[in-house]
Amino acid sequence: MPEKMEGIRIEIPSRYKVNIDREKCKICKRCTINCTFDTLSFNGERIVADHDNCVACQRCSAKCPQEAITIIDNQMAFPFHAAYDERIRRIGWEQASTGGVMLASCGNDLPYPSIFDDLVLDAAQVTNPAIDPLREPIETKCFLGAKPAKLEFTETGDEITLKTNLPPNIELSTPIMVGQMSLGSISYNAQIALFKAALEVGTLVGTGEGGLHPDFYKYGKIINSEVASGRFGVDANYLKKVAALEIKIGQGAKPGHGGHLPGEKTSKLISETRMIPKGTDALSPYPHHDIYSIEDLQQLIFALKEATRYRVPVGVKIAAVHNSAAIASGMVRAGADFITLDGFRGGTGATPRIIRDHAGIPIELAIATVDQRLREEGIRHKTTLCAGGSIRYSADLVKALALGADVAMICTPVLIAMGCRVCQQCHRGTCAWGIATQNPAYSQRLNIEVGARRIANLFHAWTEELREICGAMGIDSVESFIGNRDRLRYVGPNPKIADIMDVKHAGEAWG
Amino acid sequence: MAKKKMEIDALDGDKKPLRYWVLNEKIHNAADDGAKHIVVKNVLGQRFIADCMEHKDLKIDIHGTPGNDLGVFLSGPTIEVFGSCEDQTGNTMNAGTIIVHGNAWDVTGLAARNGKIFVKGNGGYRIGIHMKEYQDQRPIVVYGGCVKEFFGEYMAGGILVALGMKIGNNKVEEVPSKEVVRGSLGSGIHGGAIYVRGEVPEHYLGVAANIQPFTDDDLKLLTPILKEFCKYFKMPIENIWEREITKIAPSSSRPYGAYYNPRTV
Amino acid sequence: MDLDEIRDPKSRLSHSEFGRLGRIGSMGEVNGKWGKIGVTLPPNGFTKDIEACGIAGLINTNGKTENGKRVIDMITTMTDRENGLGAGYACYGLFPDLADSFCIQLLLDDEEAKENVEEFFKRKANIVKDEEVFKKPVRGMKGPYPLIWRFFLDVPEEVISASPHIESEDDYIVDCVMNINEKINGAFCMSSGKNMAVFKGNGWSHEIAEFYDLAERYNGYMWLAHSRFPTNTPGWWGGAHPFNILDWSLCHNGEITSYGTNKRYVEMWGYKCTLLTDSEVVTYLWDLLCRRHGLPKLIATMALAPRYFDDIALLPEDQKKIATELRMTYGRAMVNGPFSILVGTNRPNPSMIALTDRKKLRPMIAAISEDENTVYASSEECAIRRVGDAKEVWAPVTGNPVIAQLYRGLVWRGTEKQFEGKKIKLEV
Repeated sequence: MPEKMEGIRIEIPSRYKVNIDREKCKICKRCTINCTFDTLSFNGERIVADHDNCVACQRCSAKCPQEAITIIDNQMAFPFHAAYDERIRRIGWEQASTGGVMLASCGNDLPYPSIFDDLVLDAAQVTNPAIDPLREPIETKCFLGAKPAKLEFTETGDEITLKTNLPPNIELSTPIMVGQMSLGSISYNAQIALFKAALEVGTLVGTGEGGLHPDFYKYGKIINSEVASGRFGVDANYLKKVAALEIKIGQGAKPGHGGHLPGEKTSKLISETRMIPKGTDALSPYPHHDIYSIEDLQQLIFALKEATRYRVPVGVKIAAVHNSAAIASGMVRAGADFITLDGFRGGTGATPRIIRDHAGIPIELAIATVDQRLREEGIRHKTTLCAGGSIRYSADLVKALALGADVAMICTPVLIAMGCRVCQQCHRGTCAWGIATQNPAYSQRLNIEVGARRIANLFHAWTEELREICGAMGIDSVESFIGNRDRLRYVGPNPKIADIMDVKHAGEAWG
Repeated sequence: MAKKKMEIDALDGDKKPLRYWVLNEKIHNAADDGAKHIVVKNVLGQRFIADCMEHKDLKIDIHGTPGNDLGVFLSGPTIEVFGSCEDQTGNTMNAGTIIVHGNAWDVTGLAARNGKIFVKGNGGYRIGIHMKEYQDQRPIVVYGGCVKEFFGEYMAGGILVALGMKIGNNKVEEVPSKEVVRGSLGSGIHGGAIYVRGEVPEHYLGVAANIQPFTDDDLKLLTPILKEFCKYFKMPIENIWEREITKIAPSSSRPYGAYYNPRTV
Repeated sequence: MDLDEIRDPKSRLSHSEFGRLGRIGSMGEVNGKWGKIGVTLPPNGFTKDIEACGIAGLINTNGKTENGKRVIDMITTMTDRENGLGAGYACYGLFPDLADSFCIQLLLDDEEAKENVEEFFKRKANIVKDEEVFKKPVRGMKGPYPLIWRFFLDVPEEVISASPHIESEDDYIVDCVMNINEKINGAFCMSSGKNMAVFKGNGWSHEIAEFYDLAERYNGYMWLAHSRFPTNTPGWWGGAHPFNILDWSLCHNGEITSYGTNKRYVEMWGYKCTLLTDSEVVTYLWDLLCRRHGLPKLIATMALAPRYFDDIALLPEDQKKIATELRMTYGRAMVNGPFSILVGTNRPNPSMIALTDRKKLRPMIAAISEDENTVYASSEECAIRRVGDAKEVWAPVTGNPVIAQLYRGLVWRGTEKQFEGKKIKLEV
């Protein structure tokens, strides 16, 4: 570990600047209370800013009754160098100052092109009618879980007998579910808002690897408990009182990495939920130490199925990586009732920046190749394919479904719905908006009812926009949209991508 | 409550091992019918026995060789195995006791939060990995024999013991000190303690693992645990004290405190 | 041509490669100008078929056979629904003497294609009989005309026991058809069922009838007819309807918006969608659901055109369970978008099924004759009135089939409630 040394820190100009309009400012000091990053304070005379600490979370600006505060980019003129841009220089200065591994949160912030943005949608013209979603039914219901290859019936005279028993499935009112965000990464209020919203919407919410606080057992029927390598909070209640179980192998923000909840975040509440002593680090091993191979994954899947006596679907989540298709096939054969692919833009409460920004592959390609592989192997029905970690808004949702995902999994969008400004400081634990913090004083800033309403609103808006798109294509049920790549066209720069996705280029007709 | 004993044969009519889900369903059903003592005979590789069972006053005797994940998520019962166990015995265990009159190989007690595992013989790799404790819950794993590398890796709580003895029917033989545990001992340990009977070479210690003095408090802590161990395997506790015990504990509860730089660039 | 090469999977071109490389085999010129050969296959640059159509059919449920006159009258009455770029007929019960053999009726570009097919069949099955299908030039009907041949085949038991992935002689025939269509240049199987055949081509419905002499030459207890109005592509012989696999023949009107989803679903079950038509994929769905999965026909229609979940919610528990689980299991088989289809099949019970999409975006009228022995279905009522003896004419409910079965009569009118009169049992 690096030694502390006087003068070791390189003086780095601040990234943001807090402009306070002195004429407007009435020195009510509200901003100093609202700031959770030690930026604003009152010096006895006026409000002063330590710009270096500002993360542009916009809390002060939003709460200033005089609208006196503006956060601006501190655009310094650095000597020009196209390769050594400002970001890369800052990383060098930081690392030389501390020797630390750069920590980050939220998702990959580098300007990789989004393949979703290179896909355009079809619409019905003449040969089939568009459907008006406001006046005619367009169905979005879907089911999470394995399906049989076929149903077996016998028919004798007027008697029809169904002889097939379906594996457990969870009904979702819309093909969107909330991913895995632990109590720890997000606050108590944020998690309860998620649960309330999901109950209203009729969808699932993941617990993250944080256990389940006893207060939340009552939301069990919409909860998808995550079993990750640290096994935090995994006990009989966590397994038996919920609707679905999901084994986390990987996460889009940190493929191949474990977890590390710093001791500062292990509050009393977290300690009760994760079942670890207050103030201790919660380390999640990089792999599951009972899974070193695919047959071991099958073992954990069936350990969970046996634990719940086959009453709930058991899924597996992996980060989208180069060999996802083959891995996914193995997962399905190992008994995963649903699989979740987490793309390289997926979010996190904390991860080394180098992994967040550079590991994993775009979700669009993972969806397309996994869906195709499962179909080629004739096992597509055996699993529900969930995809997340890049789905930013409804347009991404519909394109993900058309590429072959059954259900979209979202996290950052629901945080944004709760008011997150995407300042990417979740790992600091001092979220000014009360979302990604364990400080009760900050957490209470998030009104549970309002938060829940906003999330439900987001789900409603996305679902209606999904209906609009289906209707425009003359499709009246989302099942007929899933994997319907013929309704997508590629307009991006690289035809190889279109090939991999089995999507035609714009200008090519049907067929 | 009346003690109700039930016997289950893990072989089917053709003398073939039952598939695990069939056997486990029988065990679940017997327990749900109120059995307090279930004796399972002819076990051969069936996995997940007693998976997540919560019956507090249930005793399950297993004759044979249970498969992986014996007592996974166990939350109450006592399991006594007259034979050896495979891997992941007591995986993510929350309460209960597992007594093994044989060996129990790799990753025993993985991520256990509570409960006790007593193994008469030897173990494999990564025993007691990532055990943790919380409030009055503290997992305990005791091996009468030796264990391999990564004993107590990631350990966040609980007690791990390796005694380095060959416990026979009427006599106890000693194993050389160096063979009781192996390298990468307690790597990443940040809670709990590992007790090894005999000297532990420095170079066996993993990241953040430290040899610390064995104090009276440690003796007080260990004595009832070792008494229980001796009771199950019918051996005098005096044999244990014939060699000194080395304690390995974390050098810090926050071994990775300065590892990360949280600043945004 | 080396037929082993045909069987070599490495020599296959994938579906997506067709788009860029053009179809295997000799092609006509682009832009719809026909070359000397190539009539059996889509033209170069061909993309997925989009079309409107007329459909008509009748079944005599007493098993009395009739020639094609009445069905020709029906389909030609609706001439406003076609544009002369394709028509076809399916006749059931026309080979009573060879009813136990598969009749493979093929469109062939030339003699070489025929020889290749013959060689292929010689290796694969016992050819019971083969003959050229009667055809005559029709004034005004665009040539060139393909060679048309039929083979009656028996499948030797040993070839099935020798192929572990083939479960039945039906699977075996499907495999043969897929291979011919995909790999033998200039050959296309029009039909492959028992005691049935499809007659189709590029022309008006009256021209195709005349070309094959359907009014006089063949007698069957069930006839289906189709006339085409392709939106954007030149007609081609293979692309005309009815589309067929085994005994399943399908006439289809409409455009399926779920094509991409359905196509990928049937491909998972080993079908190869090489013709880029909606009808092809829907035909495979019938074969998959009814023959291979053994769904009763009424149940299959509930998978293909399911009720809305809101309606399912109102059903009694047992029915709700079946309706819901059908949707869960067969979501990808659901046919979306506007369609009306007329389906014929011969086994286990010869039946005619008429079905529309669940929003009823394409027309379908059903009728029964005065003597209640004949059931009709058609895009327009005029077609039924043309042949005269309708006792009752009705419009079936959206997504609710009309099912008429040989020797049982009209078994489902398409106006019943979802499981009306059915006893539901759950053996689970």
